[in-house]
Amino acid sequence: MKIKSADALDGIRRKAAKALSVREANKRAGTIAPCGLETGTPHIQILCCGGTGCKASESAKIVENFHASLQAHGITDKVDVVVTGCFGFCEKGPIVKIMPDNTFYTSVRPADVEEIVTSHIIAGNRVERLLYLDPGTGRHVNDSKHMNFYRKQMRVALRNCGVINPEDINEYIGRHGYQALARSLKRPSQEVLDDIKASGLRGRGGAGFPTGTKWEIARKFKSEDKYVVCNADEGDPGAFMDRSIMEGDPNSIVEAMTICGYCIEAHHGLIYIRAEYPLAVERLRIAIAQAREYGLLGENILGSGFDFDIEIRYGAGAFVCGEETALIHSMEGKRGEPTLKPPFPAEAGYMGKPTNVNNVETLANIPVILTRGPQWFSSIGTEKSKGTKVFALAGKINNVGLIEVPMGTTLREIIYDIGGGVKNGKRFKAVQTGGPSGGCLTEKHLDIPIDYESLTAAGSMMGSGGMIVMDEDDCMVSVAKFYLEFTVGESCGKCTPCRIGNKRMLEILTRITEGKGEMADLDKLQDLATVIKDSALCGLGQTSPNPVLSTLANFRDEYVEHVRAHKCRAKKCKALLTYTIDPMRCKGCSVCAKSCPAQAIMGESRKPHVINPYVCIRCGMCLSRCHFGAISVI
Amino acid sequence: MAEMKLSCEAVRQVEEVCEKFNNDPGELIAILHECQSKLGYLPEPVQRVVARQLNIPASKVYGVVTFYSFFTMTPKGKYPISVCLGTACYVRGADKLLEEFKRVLGIDVGETTPDGKFSLDCLRCVGACGLAPVATIAEKVYGRLNPADIQKIVDEFANRD
Repeated sequence: MKIKSADALDGIRRKAAKALSVREANKRAGTIAPCGLETGTPHIQILCCGGTGCKASESAKIVENFHASLQAHGITDKVDVVVTGCFGFCEKGPIVKIMPDNTFYTSVRPADVEEIVTSHIIAGNRVERLLYLDPGTGRHVNDSKHMNFYRKQMRVALRNCGVINPEDINEYIGRHGYQALARSLKRPSQEVLDDIKASGLRGRGGAGFPTGTKWEIARKFKSEDKYVVCNADEGDPGAFMDRSIMEGDPNSIVEAMTICGYCIEAHHGLIYIRAEYPLAVERLRIAIAQAREYGLLGENILGSGFDFDIEIRYGAGAFVCGEETALIHSMEGKRGEPTLKPPFPAEAGYMGKPTNVNNVETLANIPVILTRGPQWFSSIGTEKSKGTKVFALAGKINNVGLIEVPMGTTLREIIYDIGGGVKNGKRFKAVQTGGPSGGCLTEKHLDIPIDYESLTAAGSMMGSGGMIVMDEDDCMVSVAKFYLEFTVGESCGKCTPCRIGNKRMLEILTRITEGKGEMADLDKLQDLATVIKDSALCGLGQTSPNPVLSTLANFRDEYVEHVRAHKCRAKKCKALLTYTIDPMRCKGCSVCAKSCPAQAIMGESRKPHVINPYVCIRCGMCLSRCHFGAISVI
Repeated sequence: MAEMKLSCEAVRQVEEVCEKFNNDPGELIAILHECQSKLGYLPEPVQRVVARQLNIPASKVYGVVTFYSFFTMTPKGKYPISVCLGTACYVRGADKLLEEFKRVLGIDVGETTPDGKFSLDCLRCVGACGLAPVATIAEKVYGRLNPADIQKIVDEFANRD
């Protein structure tokens, strides 16, 4: 059925909003007493996370069990089970939310389903043991609104993730979806573009170029064929913001691309997505098909005379394809090698035609900017960075997950308030932002308000939003080496500084971690890094030395320790470790000697054993086998 | 590369895929994706058939196949194992996991066991960072893994048909 006008779209919205009202109820009232069919709640909805993380922990089985249980109790007409996108609190997945009382169950197992149905859904008593336990107060928190994880967050790009069923376009429309498109199509396209400019939105892919300006440049180049490209090649290891948006709210991308098409006068949309994201691909496919069916994609959209359609293109695993020109070459079926700019894609991009490339998160902000107004958006954030930013919080942190905060929030608030601090009570050492292009920030950076400029000034960068927390057990030299291994593996090989320079840097770092480094190596690293930064062809090469430069600047003492004292304080660099047996504690049981794959442990039965350091391969097997705690590493 | 012949059936399959995309060189990556999902891998003869169909040099096809990590020229095991080496998994000990997989399977990264059951690869982030460290075995995600679990999991798959 085609929707022919904005009024018809509004009709669908009103109908869909009714079904969503159970989910919105909690927003209006304060905390609601637990609901139950027997205590008078007429209609209950069970929201289950269907994101990749929760799916890996059997959330599909949980959904299946809910359906079976509701069937068995004969209450399917009063209770809905909705599979939603990611709630963000991946640490405690799978998440199940009960509406309208907004109960937030964590780490739910398929076997817990029956109890949730009988005691909560039917009788109206929360299942205490599945509620989130606040580590600070030691109390159970029943409503996500009162969890520290959510309290400081502001969900704009993630507004629909974990709220709607991403496979049902009606639910998206029910949350004012496609309203921005309908309104835009009635206005002159320049005016819509001016709104985007006025909002101050900047590219969320990392570089932070103003989105409105980018659109304006693309608009200036006239051509029969023009392209709107969504860059969904999220290659930054440890980052999953874009994936969660596509899995949880695919229609927002479809809507935003169509609006972009209207503004820059393009009629073709392309989404370039990683083949490693099968679920996101599936959800986008469904969203595109449903939008076509409703006439929100295709010819004469909402009777406006504007035509636009979207196709999906697959990446095949190459980090460099996140760079615009490389991405365009990859879409043309070629090797994803970047080319010099100018010409910029806005002038000559896909198939040599004017092309506008935006990142997923950038696009997810577009519809809401237009429905709530550019002033609203620009009132959030800092002077130069407006709006919010999504971060994938991971590593040695208590609350791993996907978070969204206003620009200007400090790292301390993110790590300690939202993230719940460092795991296992260890000491915070560093936080890495911006992935392989970013840097490691330390304790002294924790209080700077985050925005594009402040992170760059601190020697890191916003990047796409990966945020990895490291503790005292992480060796910063190894971390720099880890990122460089990644860059060396992903370098396309086109320009010499990146292809050879990074390789040489990796060799030096490997030497240092093996205890064969010299003090002169530190200067060599610094020199090489500066040269690569200045001379590499594309963004990947130019930013690749950042992890090395930032660790050299902030953790120089660790480098020096590796070189001079042959010591790795985090005990990560194998070659620098020595395993020893404490003769006072060793009982001579020979368990270690038997388990040693290198036969490096000798000793008579019932007498203290010794490890031959020249034979020892430092595998740590003996350490894990000793019952008496006699083996230690120094 | 060793001389190898492609069965008539395989040639036909590859040609069909190319025709489905109108033998358009711009669709090369999509074509290779589909060929790999049908045949399991992209050996030289497959690349030659694709090149002939699209009327482009075989070197261009080879260039694309070797550029992208998703494409492989060696057959994968029946149960492909991929250890996530994304940063979140790395700081939670994915390197130890990988070492243990190598030890248990007796193969290196990019190799397949002689019985064709397992192949070992690394990948960068499946996005299940909350469960770090993770590995995927036959497309199922295993989270919060410990090197001590590996032997058991591998045995479980080894005992299947």
